[in-house]
Formats: sequence, C-alpha cells, structure tokens
Amino acid sequence: MIRARGLAKRYGAKRIFDGLDLDVERGGFVVVTGPNGSGKTTLLRLVAGLVLPSAGELEVGIDRGQLGFLAHEALVYRELTALENLDLYGRLYRVPERRERIGMLLERFDLWDARNERTGSFSRGMLQRLALCRTFLHEPTLLLLDEPFSALDTEGAELLERELAARRGAATFLVATHDAKRLAPLATGSLAFA
Amino acid sequence: MSGYFSDVVALARKDVLLELRARDTLPAMLLFVASAFVIFHFALPTGTGELAGLGLLWVAIVFTALLGLSRAFVAEREQNVLDGLVLAPSDRSAIWLGKAIAVFAFLALVELAALPLFALFFSGLDGTTVAAVVLADVGICAVGVFLAAMSVATRARELLLPVLFLPLAIPVIVGGVGASVTHAPGRYLGFLALYDALFATICWASFEYVVTE
Repeated sequence: MIRARGLAKRYGAKRIFDGLDLDVERGGFVVVTGPNGSGKTTLLRLVAGLVLPSAGELEVGIDRGQLGFLAHEALVYRELTALENLDLYGRLYRVPERRERIGMLLERFDLWDARNERTGSFSRGMLQRLALCRTFLHEPTLLLLDEPFSALDTEGAELLERELAARRGAATFLVATHDAKRLAPLATGSLAFA
Repeated sequence: MSGYFSDVVALARKDVLLELRARDTLPAMLLFVASAFVIFHFALPTGTGELAGLGLLWVAIVFTALLGLSRAFVAEREQNVLDGLVLAPSDRSAIWLGKAIAVFAFLALVELAALPLFALFFSGLDGTTVAAVVLADVGICAVGVFLAAMSVATRARELLLPVLFLPLAIPVIVGGVGASVTHAPGRYLGFLALYDALFATICWASFEYVVTE
C-alpha cells in the first residue's frame, strides 16, 4: 500500500529526515513514534500528498478519495455546525446515504446532542471527536492518524480503540503517536524516528 | 461534470453561510466603499468633471474587492481546513471556482449599494458602465481568489496579496475606465471579456499547483 525508498524531507536548510525506507502492506497497522519535531507529522503529510518529498521515492497505492487523514487540527470550519461540516465533507466525498452515515457517526462519537452547535464553541476533545467523524466518514481504506488520542477523555479513548480494532485488517493504518503502548495490541509494525 | 458543479455549489454555499454567520467581510466592504466615495466627494475640487469621478469609481471597486479578497481564505487558514478540502477527491479547481463565485456574490452585493451611492455623490451611471463593472468583477474574482490562495500559505500574506494583485488589476482598470468614458465602449468591454476568459482559464488550470506544495 505504501512504499518509500530513500525518502527525505527538508524545509530550506532544516533537515526533517533523510534516507527513509518504509513498506506498509495492505491491511497493515504501522505505529510511528519519535520525539517532537522528529518528522512523524511530516511523514503523514508526505503520504497524504500534502507536501512533496525533497528526495527519494514514495508510492501510495490508492486514490485520494480512499484516504482518511486525521491532522493536529480538526480541519473543520468554526462558524459551521458539526452537522454542516460533516455534510460538506460528505458531499465532497460523495458518501452514499450521507445523512444516515453522518447521524450514525455523530451518535457513535457522542456528538449527536451538539450536532447543531457551531464548532467554534466545541472543547478540544469534542473537536477531536468531530475530526474522527470526518476521518471515518467516507470509510477510507488508508488511515493516516496523527496523535489520534490527543485531547480525548477516557471514554473517548476507549471508543477510539474499539473503532480502530474494528477496522484493523480492513483498512491500512499509519499512526503517529507518543503512546505506542496503547496501540501495541493492534500494531503489525513500527517505525521509530530518532 | 455534474459532480464537479455540485462540488462547486457546495463550496460556494459554504462560503455564503460562513459570511452570513460571521458577518465580517460584507459590512467592512460596504463601509469601505461608502467611506471612499465620501472622501472622494470632498477631496475633488468643485466642478471636477464626470470623468474624474468615473476614474475614482474604479479605484474604489478595486480596493473594495481587495479588502474582500484579503479575507477570502481566513476561515480555511484558522483551522487548516484547506488541507481537508485539498484531500477531498473532487477536482481542486472546484475550490477556486466555489470561492470565486462566493467573492463575486459579495462584491456584486456591495456594488448594488455602492453604485447608487456613486450616482448620488458624483454622476449617473449608464448601462455600459454597469456591464463593465460586472465584467471587471469576474476578472477581479478569478485572479484575486487565485492570488489569495497563493498568499495564504505565506507569512507575509497581508503584504503579498496587494503586491501581486494590484499589477494584475491594471488591465481591469484600463478596460473599466475605457468602457465608462469613451463613446465606443465595445472594444473595452471586449478587452475585459478577453481578460476574464484568459485569466479564468489560467487560474482554473493551475490552481492545483497553488494548493499543493
């Protein structure tokens, strides 16, 4: 699904990483760890196609529409409600039975009661739950998750663990995290940045 | 193709909804253009001809549009939403077209109030001038949204947009003023239409490269 050879990324004179080789099989679950600034987020953005490599080869064997990307930010509009944000993404991703799917995700992530509230009033944890709804909305086959447990309370984190476990094998995962132990039971491989 | 246009409609509708909620761009544009006309009215010596007034109309339109364009991608920047839109499977030019349609609608709304105000302070407007304004708006929005997307990713975005936009708006001023003041406006309207077609095509075809690194 993902194949990288000699991958490098630099921003001007600053080297993020160099000579990275990576293979993620279809259905694999690879956990990416490393200290702040080591390149975890950059790797995910490279695989998503949001930034271009400075050197090396990178092949990602899916279309853009099959990719689910959970970023540091929720990637939602603050002046729109949770429902309106998901509806916009649902339209752009041509999600079949969009309204039902959105309703189901909002209920599952315990945001149904807040569906008509503008996301600008959401707490960081609620935004993360909404971001997860957005990420899972179109049933992606490649999931790039950047610190997915960030800002989630215990209940939210357990819910996410169940969601990831349910999708394991059916989708391919590349997950950047500081909490590798939590994902150890699901992981099929790991990548540690120094 | 219908999928492409449904994406454009969804994106433009979102921008209109955002403005209805936030109400921070339209009122600012209205206030700016009204203030500009009042200042021009008192700045011009009594007896200044109609031609000078028409010239100032175009100055006011370009700078009012610039004000709206500088806010065009603020909502996307705040939460990095542009990444979310870029990752969607729709053609990336739909982001540009949806935004350009929304900015065009805001500019047209402002002008609905501004043109009668101009007539009140300076002189009446003929159909040719109104047609030139509409054609100019298309070009301004096409080029301006493209440049706004380009500058939003930079640190000096507030400086970069006017620096890039104003030189490219010179043909709009030339065409607009020409259509407003000459007795044979056809070629100036044609020039504006050509500018619109040329720059809209260039922006539509190359927007993908603006929103990806």
